[in-house]
Amino acid sequence: MNVSAPFNEVGTPHAQPAQATKGAISIRNVTKIYDPEGVNVMAVDNCSMEIAGGEVCMIVGPSGCGKTTLLNAIAGFHSITSGEIRLDGELLCGPGKPKAKMGADRMVVFQHGALFPWRTLAENVAYGPIVQGVMSKSLAMEKARHMLAEAGLGDVGDKYPGEVSSGMARRAEIVRALINDPKVLLLDEPYRAMDALTKSIMHESLLETYDRTKVTIFFITHDLEEAIFLGDKVHIVTSRPCRRKKTVTVDIPRPRSYAVQSSEQFRLLIEEVNEAVHEEAMKAFEAGERELA
Amino acid sequence: MAQTATLPQTRRTPPTGFALLLYRLKKSFTTPTPYLTIAGIGLWLFTYWLLCEGLRVDRFDKIPGPVAVAQDWFSVHPFQGVSLFTENYWNHIAVSCQRIAIAFAIATGVGVPLGLFMGWSKRIRDYLFPILETLRPIPILAWVPLAILMLPGFEAPVIFLATLASLFVTTLNTMLGVESIDEEYFRAAGCLGSSNWDIFKNVVVPGALPFIFTGLQISIGVAWFSLVAAEMVSGDHGLGYLIVDSYVNSVTIPMVIGMLTLGLVGWLTSVLVRSLGNYLMQWHVRALALQGR
Repeated sequence: MNVSAPFNEVGTPHAQPAQATKGAISIRNVTKIYDPEGVNVMAVDNCSMEIAGGEVCMIVGPSGCGKTTLLNAIAGFHSITSGEIRLDGELLCGPGKPKAKMGADRMVVFQHGALFPWRTLAENVAYGPIVQGVMSKSLAMEKARHMLAEAGLGDVGDKYPGEVSSGMARRAEIVRALINDPKVLLLDEPYRAMDALTKSIMHESLLETYDRTKVTIFFITHDLEEAIFLGDKVHIVTSRPCRRKKTVTVDIPRPRSYAVQSSEQFRLLIEEVNEAVHEEAMKAFEAGERELA
Repeated sequence: MAQTATLPQTRRTPPTGFALLLYRLKKSFTTPTPYLTIAGIGLWLFTYWLLCEGLRVDRFDKIPGPVAVAQDWFSVHPFQGVSLFTENYWNHIAVSCQRIAIAFAIATGVGVPLGLFMGWSKRIRDYLFPILETLRPIPILAWVPLAILMLPGFEAPVIFLATLASLFVTTLNTMLGVESIDEEYFRAAGCLGSSNWDIFKNVVVPGALPFIFTGLQISIGVAWFSLVAAEMVSGDHGLGYLIVDSYVNSVTIPMVIGMLTLGLVGWLTSVLVRSLGNYLMQWHVRALALQGR
């Protein structure tokens, strides 16, 4: 078990399955300053990280530290003030182009879930290919049903999101993202509001999905067990402004089963991450700032 | 086993159509609702009878009581000229309903698109909102002289007044409906590769629908009372005209019949609007049903 990249070191190439070639994100010196009512608030300060294609990258930090700001910049919801973000070498946003264009190559799974409540699960999943004009309506629906069945949601395809459990809805949302064959999946604390039992089922299903697709995953959380269980790398970020503090490499082999959570290796990793996170959590608590969107 | 045989049979498929209606009706008699409704109506009728016919309280004795009204209403040869069997009664209803249909159709056809665009585009709202807010508080009766001066004949001013009143309600509710849509749905739609038009069709319209139908229910009520006000001032037919004409000619029974008819017809139109809304928003209805509402 190897750990701990030195502070501020960027872009360690690391062993990845050979098929993962797409979806490398490089975040270089990104700074974001919000300007609410004339007071500058620095949400992200000179933050750099390299995410290899097909990597599961976990971002851990105290709530309200600006992790979501980073995700919003990659997705194209918000602009950045300086620095640049590239996807597979192509500039998403940077000098002269503060805001990335939203696109189906980077799919977001939202914290509160954003399945359209007025469409059935199957219609939700089929939505992307239809509006992009990639598939005909009937073909997209067929594929949607097929993918839902693969995710164990074959029976509820005709239900509305309001009729199914939050776990099912979240799983369907991931299917809605994956049908577009994205390079990157961006998840913003997707399991935050779930109970521990549902959460563990969601984790296993996400791992299973990842093993199948090898899509790059950018996952924001403040749950340490979740971060280590799911991730290849865990980036611990500082309390606001958000900066990379420490990176922990998790070399638990895949496929992982729930049993690894009781191993000694897992416990030591938790300890290591916890130490770094706890310090930041204290700082954030003392600062007592309101969370940024 | 004997025990399992006594268990009630479990229904596999939900009843549909007429069977569903019967099931609901049967179920509703196990709740206090129908009994309380009947008791409420009975209590109201009794008080009305007591005041006007039973005790003949001072100043109430000139008002026709429930017995007198019912005798005339259901009589083939009504004492004061208006009953279910006279042609002019149905004529008044038809004229008013026709006016409401036209006014409501215009108000909805203009108000809903206007509200949608005002909610969706800040620029359109900046143009129109101040005008809307200035005109909205002006009572409909204050428009009467202007309407008569502006428009020819009896019909046009009356319809204009009813339209105007419901237009404001519909527009404002629709606009609020669009504003109520969670930002994350817009973001999700953007991620999935929607064009602006796709977002309008698939997020703005369905997302605002619950508010639109709440607005339409209020707006049809508003249309009725502004219609009657208009018919009282300028009109040659219609329920409002019936009421004021009976008063002028000192025949009080048709006046009360007109009022009760107005209430019943107004209620019916409101139910129609609500049913249409439920039909169009299955997702909303089903989600509410699961919450036990």
